[in-house]
Amino acid sequence: MTTQLPPGMHLETVDDKIMTLNVGPQHPGSGHMRLIIKVDGDYIVSCDPDPGYVHRGEEKMAEYRNYIQNIPHLERPVIHDSSNILYPYCLGVEELLGIEVPERAKYIRVIAAELNRCIYILYWLAIYGIFLGHSTMFMWPAGDRELFIDLLEAMSGARVTHAYLVPGGVRNDLPSNFEERCLRQVEYFEKRLKEYEAIFYQNPLLKARTEGSGILSRTDAIRLGTTGSVLRASGVDFDVRKKEPYDVYENLDFQTIVMKEGDSYARSRIPYLEMFESCRIIKDALKKMPKSGSVRTKLKPNPKGGNDEVYRRVESGRGAIGYYIVSNNRPEPYRVKISVGSFRNLICMPYLLKGEKLGNMPAVYWGLNYWPVEADR
Amino acid sequence: MSTIAPQFRLSRFIGSLFDLIFWVILIFSLVGLPIVFIVLFYIKLPVINGQLMTPYLAMTWMADPSRTLPIVKNFMHTTIFRVMAFPGFGFAALLAAATIFVERKFLAKMQLRVGPLYCGKIEGILQLMGDGFKLMSKEIIIPAKADKPIFWMGPLLFVGAAGAFVSLIPVAPGWVVANPNVGLLAVFAVIGFFPIIAVLTAWAANSKWTFIGGLRALHQMVAFEIPLILSLLGVVILSGSLNLSQIVESQEHFWWIAFLPIGAIVFFITILAELERVPFDLPEAESEIVAGWLTEFSGMMYGLIQLGTYLKLYAFAGLFTVLFLGGWNGPMVWPPFPQDIITQGITIGPVTAKFPGLPLFDQEMLNGTLWFVIKTVGVILLILLPRGVFPRVRIDMILHTGWYKLIGLAFINIFIALGLLYAGVLGPGGLLH
Repeated sequence: MTTQLPPGMHLETVDDKIMTLNVGPQHPGSGHMRLIIKVDGDYIVSCDPDPGYVHRGEEKMAEYRNYIQNIPHLERPVIHDSSNILYPYCLGVEELLGIEVPERAKYIRVIAAELNRCIYILYWLAIYGIFLGHSTMFMWPAGDRELFIDLLEAMSGARVTHAYLVPGGVRNDLPSNFEERCLRQVEYFEKRLKEYEAIFYQNPLLKARTEGSGILSRTDAIRLGTTGSVLRASGVDFDVRKKEPYDVYENLDFQTIVMKEGDSYARSRIPYLEMFESCRIIKDALKKMPKSGSVRTKLKPNPKGGNDEVYRRVESGRGAIGYYIVSNNRPEPYRVKISVGSFRNLICMPYLLKGEKLGNMPAVYWGLNYWPVEADR
Repeated sequence: MSTIAPQFRLSRFIGSLFDLIFWVILIFSLVGLPIVFIVLFYIKLPVINGQLMTPYLAMTWMADPSRTLPIVKNFMHTTIFRVMAFPGFGFAALLAAATIFVERKFLAKMQLRVGPLYCGKIEGILQLMGDGFKLMSKEIIIPAKADKPIFWMGPLLFVGAAGAFVSLIPVAPGWVVANPNVGLLAVFAVIGFFPIIAVLTAWAANSKWTFIGGLRALHQMVAFEIPLILSLLGVVILSGSLNLSQIVESQEHFWWIAFLPIGAIVFFITILAELERVPFDLPEAESEIVAGWLTEFSGMMYGLIQLGTYLKLYAFAGLFTVLFLGGWNGPMVWPPFPQDIITQGITIGPVTAKFPGLPLFDQEMLNGTLWFVIKTVGVILLILLPRGVFPRVRIDMILHTGWYKLIGLAFINIFIALGLLYAGVLGPGGLLH
């Protein structure tokens, strides 16, 4: 007797040689997502990323809160990079409400964003290290993150979820001895970064393992719409901070790091080299910052946006983050749409993993600079 | 960090202890002692040294060191002592436990951490005991569709094979559990068991991760067994023996590492691969295949596998010491046992106690053990070191290394050994022998 299965319930015909692996969500090497990987021996036949495990509806939640109340929950998708994910929101809301930001606040914002970028990249690097089985590279960045967390704690009062950037400036002024303390810690951190190079990036085993794995060509990187370090590792010179400078980035002295290889090693090295540039930006901004002045433009209670829409984007640790905000003469935004770098980089994962060895999966996966929580929003 | 139950009262705890002691004494004296005497009534008591061995006399002897020491000394030369305590399981387990602790502290220092700190007063020295109790108290979960007998057998077989390996390692002159003339072949035979156990348990657990991990372990161990065997042939050629004790004796003047450095390096790399340690820990690569062939083990089954792994680590380090670093050979640094105590005894005030059994161990054995332990601990630290420095390699890289590079190097090593032998430099009747 054959039973008639309803449409959509038909069992997949499988090849005996091919094994389907559910990597995640409960898997030490997956993060909050699932990768459905089919392997033939040690080779990956196909990879189907399945995000959405930690979808929290941040965009919908933003429609029920006014512009100021939106700040704390919009940073939740990437709590390690909270200043950068709030940055385009603040820029957009300022444009909608027509607020002028004080000069000192602009510099403080840049400093906070760069400190936060370092925190994020160090966290990412720690996980990249442990994914490749390098436990020292897990512990060192996780420990050195404390330097920047302490600085941001002194600035904002919170260690992780800062909610420091607000429309109209920053929430509060810097503490009194912040500048010399920041300079001291950043200079110490630059010395530490050189040790990472010796133990991790010049490690022959790491190079043998990641060089030439998961190569993304320049045209593919553009065609697939990747962003951030993935795009720059494939030889595309694109950085929102340079191409569409916001706040005071055009006054500051830094470079865009571009590599041509497009492999897993280059993708892992770009964020590392960007940390040097972040340190340069911080030092430069501390020098050029006005030493006194207001840091926040006061808003009216329950400010209302006009009948308008706005799109602003910034460069975060994972690539461009864009906010599309629509307002309709109400204190709450009509629609908030977040375009995050993680989700855009996820698209190229099936292309990269096809035909790779299973052992390359963690290197390629985490080299994409992908943060599952941010992608799910 | 509170580990004490909320309702805990120290006075009640002590009171309950006293209660327990009271009941044990009461039951023992009312029930146990009559049973003992009834049994003794029917048993013919032995006569030792012309005295009837009553229970009272036995207890008196136990309290008298001059009577006890000969018994203890006789016990120390029995086979069961060798298997259970000194060169065998107990000694190896002690070193293995020390290794786990040292590894954690050593790695922590490398990674700018503190490591275990709280359990035990000094630097978390009781952490291992805490972990052991935790593992023992945890539930053992077995997958529903697992092949249960084989799954249960896996950890036991693993510890058994590791124990067999330990029993072949000579620690001091004459102190070895099993000393077959083909000792090195026995070592190869025991090493051959480990991939079979890994694959059997991996298959029995009926999980995809264990399956992939087991196959990886099989590939890796088989690929590295051949260079392992080949790298040790040089030592066999030069020392002219397969017996491990004789190999140690042949290194009285020179350690073989001085003549066969390539063989030592190849053997060291194969040790890392056989032990599944970083950078060759890919059968347990957690970012790809959870925990490899150990994924489904829980509780004390996992604990047994860990125990077996560290016993194996000790045995491999000991084998390296025996084959390349001269085993127990070393300058005599252990002080001789004071003769006064043997001839005159110890005088405390008016009492003079004589101990006929002393010394328990001779000087050479203690000195040999000291040197063996020093060298072995050095090798163990070298085995631990890559964990803080290297990332994991990939399976194709590991197979390439094993089949191409290491086998070639091992053959070069054999040719060096043969050259030294036929040039008449080393070996039986050689210039330096």
